[in-house]
Amino acid sequence: MCRTDSSEFPMAEIITLREAVAALVRDGDTVAMEGFTHLIPFAAGHEVIRQRRKQLTLVRLTPDVIYDQLIGAGCAKKLIFSWGGNPGVGSLHRLRDAVERDWPAPLEIQEHGHGDLSNAYVSGAANLPFAVIRAYAGSDLPNHNDKIKFIECPFTGETLAAVPAINPDVTIIHAQKADRKGNVLLWGILGVQKEAVLAAKKAIVTVEEIVDDLKAWPNACILPAWTLAAVCCVPGGAFPSYAHGYYERDNRFYQAWDAISREREIFQNWIKTHILNTLDFSEFRRVLAESAAVSVRQ
Amino acid sequence: MTAAQPAYTTNEIMTVAAARLLKNGAVCFVGIGLPSTAANLARLTHAPDIVLIYESGPIGAKPPVLPLSIGDGNLAETADTVVSTPEIFRYWLQGGRVDVGFLGAAQIDRFANINTTVIGDYKRPATRLPGAGGAPEIASCASEVVLLLKQSARAFVKKLDFVTSVGHLDGGDARKRLGLPGKGPVAVVTDLCLMEPDPSSKELTVTHLHPGITREEVTKATGWEIRFAGTLTETPAPTSIELETLRDLERRTKLAHGNVVATST
Repeated sequence: MCRTDSSEFPMAEIITLREAVAALVRDGDTVAMEGFTHLIPFAAGHEVIRQRRKQLTLVRLTPDVIYDQLIGAGCAKKLIFSWGGNPGVGSLHRLRDAVERDWPAPLEIQEHGHGDLSNAYVSGAANLPFAVIRAYAGSDLPNHNDKIKFIECPFTGETLAAVPAINPDVTIIHAQKADRKGNVLLWGILGVQKEAVLAAKKAIVTVEEIVDDLKAWPNACILPAWTLAAVCCVPGGAFPSYAHGYYERDNRFYQAWDAISREREIFQNWIKTHILNTLDFSEFRRVLAESAAVSVRQ
Repeated sequence: MTAAQPAYTTNEIMTVAAARLLKNGAVCFVGIGLPSTAANLARLTHAPDIVLIYESGPIGAKPPVLPLSIGDGNLAETADTVVSTPEIFRYWLQGGRVDVGFLGAAQIDRFANINTTVIGDYKRPATRLPGAGGAPEIASCASEVVLLLKQSARAFVKKLDFVTSVGHLDGGDARKRLGLPGKGPVAVVTDLCLMEPDPSSKELTVTHLHPGITREEVTKATGWEIRFAGTLTETPAPTSIELETLRDLERRTKLAHGNVVATST
């Protein structure tokens, strides 16, 4: 159960998601919402749309449906990414409409591969200026992304690719559990969440539940409360992606998204009904269940 | 001893032909979609000890049904270990621990360079594709690369609109000159044939035709003047065990995921 009792220890503030986004995400910020297919912070993405944040630079390895929603809703001016599809389904139609036809606004893109972008977070977390990888010789990507450069190893003379560190203004992730001090535990497919949190100036974590004791084993992936700005209890907050140990990926939603996102008007109506006109994520789930029931009856 | 040949689809022979290229015990970095289907077919037939790595972090995944996304829960649950994404790329791929990169593509050229980024101009694309994912690093660092894609003149093009991941660049010893550690593409498996790079020029050459496929069909489905090996071998038809295993895997996958079909991404 979610409780927000205070403690005398230094800790992340345990607040509502609405309060966290209102206090910590500003127009024009560079925002990373990470989660590699697993633990995607959908509830937080919705809240950013609901609070009508604008001109964001969005960073994410796999933009997925979460950024398709943010881009289509007009929250983004730039996207830094490495793979932009609807996993298991096909295209992200809102991302494509923005790139191919400037709708609802032109979207600047800065494109990477997973290896370099994930390591750009590592360097951000390590407070180093850039990351080094062995790739891109002969590829066209460096011709279209001036952030991919080639450097010479000072020891061997080998030519290597370098990309600047990523240090988001805000990183937002979803995790399984927090304790009452705001220490966060996550497991399963970890993606780049830990690195993205430690690279950021501020971090918000939504969790499935808040417990008295994390009962974590040594070496577990823990983000100590003092590395986080806010922890918010949002059960189901990764839906339609999944939370290992809690619920499975809703593949039908990912497939349904293809039809919802294909046409601008249908998409806009969906965003209005399900996100802008709902109070929070639990009301979103209720409205979504109702509209699903209607479509089954029809 | 001639048993009646079981009937099969072009997709099935493509998957089977690709699966056969994977040796038991190989460490295989798997892309989602067709490569993942073929790699798991290999694991369930002749290569039970194959190590499947997915870029989301699972190492040694043994999914009971095909994953829909590159980060499905069944990959993590069945893996020997799950590491972070930066670690997968740093220690395991760049560290030189991957024998085979198993990838798909939207476009390919005669030197097996691949495009997964855009069709048309980069700034004003006719079609925006998903992008690189982990492919540039896999194409650079895996010891070998096997590519799988359906053959058509639209996909097998004279000139790529965008080189996302490097195969043999402009041929010959180009990879060596670029300092790329892996050997690059060693085979391209399509629904019509199997191609291998010529040992010296590195230009893709058809070495195997799938049963019933003619040279003319392959030529027509290729956007450049495709070369054929002096001696062409016929791909052995799928065995009943290969077909049954593949169909059973796809049946179980459909059952587990509802109506959602694992498409190539």
